[in-house]
Amino acid sequence: MITAYVRSLITRFFRRAQTENDLENELRSHLRLRADTLEQSGLTRAAAERRARLEFGSPERFKEECRDTIAGNVIDTLIQDIRFSFRMLRKSPGFTLVVALTMALGIGATTAIFSVVDSTLLHPLPYPHPEQLVQIMDDLPGVGAKDVGMSVPEWWDLEASGIFEYVSPIGGGDVNLTGSSQPARIAFLNVSPNYFALLGVQPELGHTFNPDDRTPGFTLEVILSDNLWKQSFGGDPAIIGKSLRLDNDLYHVIGVMPPNFRDPLRTTRQRNTDLWAASGLAAAPAPDPVRNVRILTEAIGRLKPGVTISAAQNHLDALVRALQKQFPGDYPAKSRWTVRLVPLKENLVSNVRSSLMLLFGAVGMVLLIGCVNVANLLLARASARGREMAIRRALGGSRKRLMQQLLTESVLLSVIGATAGVVVLFGVKGFLLRLVPDSLPQLNSISISWSVLVFALLASIAAGVLFGLAPALQVVRPDLAAVLKLDGRSSTSSKEQGRTRRVLVVSEFALSLVLMIVAGLLFRSFWDLLKVRPGFEPHNRVAVRTWLPLPNDRRTDIYGTPAQEEPLLREILRRAKTISGVEEAAIGNVAAVPLAHDRNNLNPFPLIVEGHDTPPDQAPVVYGALATPEYFDLMQIPLLQGRSFTDADNHQGAPVVVINETMAKTFWPNGDPIGERLKLSIAGERSIYAWNTIIGVVADVRTESLAQGSNPQFFFCAYQRRPRDLAIFLRGHLDRATIESRLREQVQSIDPELPVFGTGTLDAAVSESLAQRRFSIEIVGLFALTALVLAGIGIYGVISYIVSERTHEFGIRLALGAERRNILQMVLRQGLRLAIAGAAVGLVGALLVSRFLATLLYGVPPTDLLTFSGVGLLFICVALLACYLPALRATKVDPVIALRDP
Amino acid sequence: MSDETEAELLPGTLDLLILKAVSLGPLHGYGVLSRIEQISGKRLLVEQGALYPALFRLVRQGLLKTEWGKSENNRRAKFYEVTARGRKRLQEEKEWWERSAAAITAALAARPQEI
Repeated sequence: MITAYVRSLITRFFRRAQTENDLENELRSHLRLRADTLEQSGLTRAAAERRARLEFGSPERFKEECRDTIAGNVIDTLIQDIRFSFRMLRKSPGFTLVVALTMALGIGATTAIFSVVDSTLLHPLPYPHPEQLVQIMDDLPGVGAKDVGMSVPEWWDLEASGIFEYVSPIGGGDVNLTGSSQPARIAFLNVSPNYFALLGVQPELGHTFNPDDRTPGFTLEVILSDNLWKQSFGGDPAIIGKSLRLDNDLYHVIGVMPPNFRDPLRTTRQRNTDLWAASGLAAAPAPDPVRNVRILTEAIGRLKPGVTISAAQNHLDALVRALQKQFPGDYPAKSRWTVRLVPLKENLVSNVRSSLMLLFGAVGMVLLIGCVNVANLLLARASARGREMAIRRALGGSRKRLMQQLLTESVLLSVIGATAGVVVLFGVKGFLLRLVPDSLPQLNSISISWSVLVFALLASIAAGVLFGLAPALQVVRPDLAAVLKLDGRSSTSSKEQGRTRRVLVVSEFALSLVLMIVAGLLFRSFWDLLKVRPGFEPHNRVAVRTWLPLPNDRRTDIYGTPAQEEPLLREILRRAKTISGVEEAAIGNVAAVPLAHDRNNLNPFPLIVEGHDTPPDQAPVVYGALATPEYFDLMQIPLLQGRSFTDADNHQGAPVVVINETMAKTFWPNGDPIGERLKLSIAGERSIYAWNTIIGVVADVRTESLAQGSNPQFFFCAYQRRPRDLAIFLRGHLDRATIESRLREQVQSIDPELPVFGTGTLDAAVSESLAQRRFSIEIVGLFALTALVLAGIGIYGVISYIVSERTHEFGIRLALGAERRNILQMVLRQGLRLAIAGAAVGLVGALLVSRFLATLLYGVPPTDLLTFSGVGLLFICVALLACYLPALRATKVDPVIALRDP
Repeated sequence: MSDETEAELLPGTLDLLILKAVSLGPLHGYGVLSRIEQISGKRLLVEQGALYPALFRLVRQGLLKTEWGKSENNRRAKFYEVTARGRKRLQEEKEWWERSAAAITAALAARPQEI
């Protein structure tokens, strides 16, 4: 039976002409045979033929019914409908264009944001079984410390606990790479040998670390990133086995990772890992593995298959309690040590979730507004075609067929629009990606995947059916007589339609008002943020990075003590000042570069303050930096009390420290901090640093972001320590493009193995810190503007329609002596009524929605009067403007024509 | 007009009659009409409009096949022929019809005393 069906189908499509021919021939032969029979019973040929035709009935209906039974009819009618719809759409190009554009905008925008959301929020982890990946964090809530890091014996305990398949600590930083084309400063990740097995990824070349490797120190193998391989080694195909030096230690390459691989905790474009090295973290350069020495700052784990996170957490809590009992000295009860598991995905997306959701909401609004607009337009069009539909029905068309045709038309419209939208999307993809700030997690490249395209297609079809349904149902009504009688003037359904359209326009207005108010609030808070003083002067200041190597064998370190390093620092400063354009120079460590921090460089230190008796593992954490004496002057950080560093504060002088205002207020709220002493509890290091005396208090600097208040911060003098990660600060009118190479020349003339890199102006650092907010505002603002335009178009459409409805009435009024001015006022008043209704609803809606924005607003209350009233007024003006044109048209009505044409 | 009472064609029986008519020998559409009239003793007249859709449906279901040929008067016409499957279906339908008819007849012959 199926073969017969298929054969029938094939015949229908591929030999379509023949099929039609056959039908025609069969009909003719039937009629002939019938005529023959009739002729035999006595009629003339002509009469017989005529009788046969009459008997048979309409040949078209015969053909139609036969076609219905042959297979593939549905597809045939569909194709017919599509062809017809195309013709109809071509006839009214204005309408088609507007609808297509609206759909393009709505669906294109939604799809774009969806693809961003998809790759950053929904599926941010491109590893096998990502739900098993967790981040492991140690907290000491008893002393108010979170994420304090883990010790090596704890790591071993976790691995042996049976909860995890693998646990890998992650550390790292920067290192000097030599033995490649040029000395470079690269970002490396120090992991345990099971790291890649944990993630489940394969290298592009060579192989990864052996997960069973038990070397206590560094295995002398490294894995390169694709980027590093191409940039520093020219993509050398014989790279495997080649050796290189990291901080002067010899390693060899065993593998290269694929180009799109990223580490789960190094997600942002700011810090791509260049190289991976594995170590057991139990031998030099790591300190001896001691239980309360928390050297492992980050750790991730893969749960055993089938273990849920809550089960794992419970198991872990039990383990923690057991360890606390077993080692009471290392885990004092007061600190309440806990170990927390956080799903890796959660960790990644939590701080961007709110802004992305905001975006999605904004886009959803625009789409909704677009939909309302389209619905309006379709309704208007449907009512215009009411007569056409009635006639077609009277001629025998079935309701079903007519509705199918109307729906096909609206689906076709919206698919055209969606296609246009997707095409536009491909075009602006590059632009869109550039807008996305670097701090958004991007493990996957944000691309337009198939699922996104399918989503767009489905959305457009759904939209098309949705809009098409209401007008289709309205138009295909049973009372034909009524429709046919009213010659083209408003039919009985128009009143209802008019009301629907008015309701639609009011809602459209309300929606766009909400969007604009949201945009306004965001904008105001951004504006306020811009005015926040960062605490230092960013103009004309540049920071350039360099890094002193830290070889595994400390004896070969030429900058091993402050005494050895001081001459280097001073020489760098001296030579830097010889560069033309440089007015002042200072050196600090990278923590002294404000606002350019990513989490790893801002190391919190447990602090011991003399007179505040707290045991070392419960010490409060503060942020610290190192700087040379010129630093505070160069950055224009005002000194509030005491003095700042001088040249006498070097390895021969007494250890000193400068603290910031917040720290002074936190620890010495009532007294004078000058002269007090503090010490760092750097776990593990036999403290060669004695107590430091506080000599001065400086003003606060915003370190992490402009929106966050100041943290307590201290500064040591660079000459009293041996900073590795240096930032050379320069003040002057400097050419950003050439300053790095000129400084490199100077620095490498002292020590040719020092890399010089990472030049950034402090102005850029300030604006970068605002980048994510700016992105949100740009996008939301764009959408709000679009919404405004759409709403304006909507109200224009409705008022035009109302005007055309009332043309007759206006004609009468004018004939009876009304002034054209009165007509104008009438129309404007009607438009104003609609606008005010929309604004009222919109304001209420905005009040409800804005409270969800509270986290994203800075310094602006969600019910800010200025924003609300300002935007409301703007809207009324736009509405009036949109009404003006049709109102003007109304005044130009020629009473004679209006009266004549009912 | 015939002087015998014309019976109305029960719905669903058209297919059965067409199959029977064609099974007696290949026929064109008009011929099927005549033959049904003939074999039913002029008691069943098929409406012309209903015939061809039914024929096409049977072809689609694989119970009939078609071929163009020449009629008695040397006119070109499309002839329908029964397929093997069609014959089988005809047999099944015939048996079903006879069973149904027997059952209904028996029911209608019931007398009050048999209850």
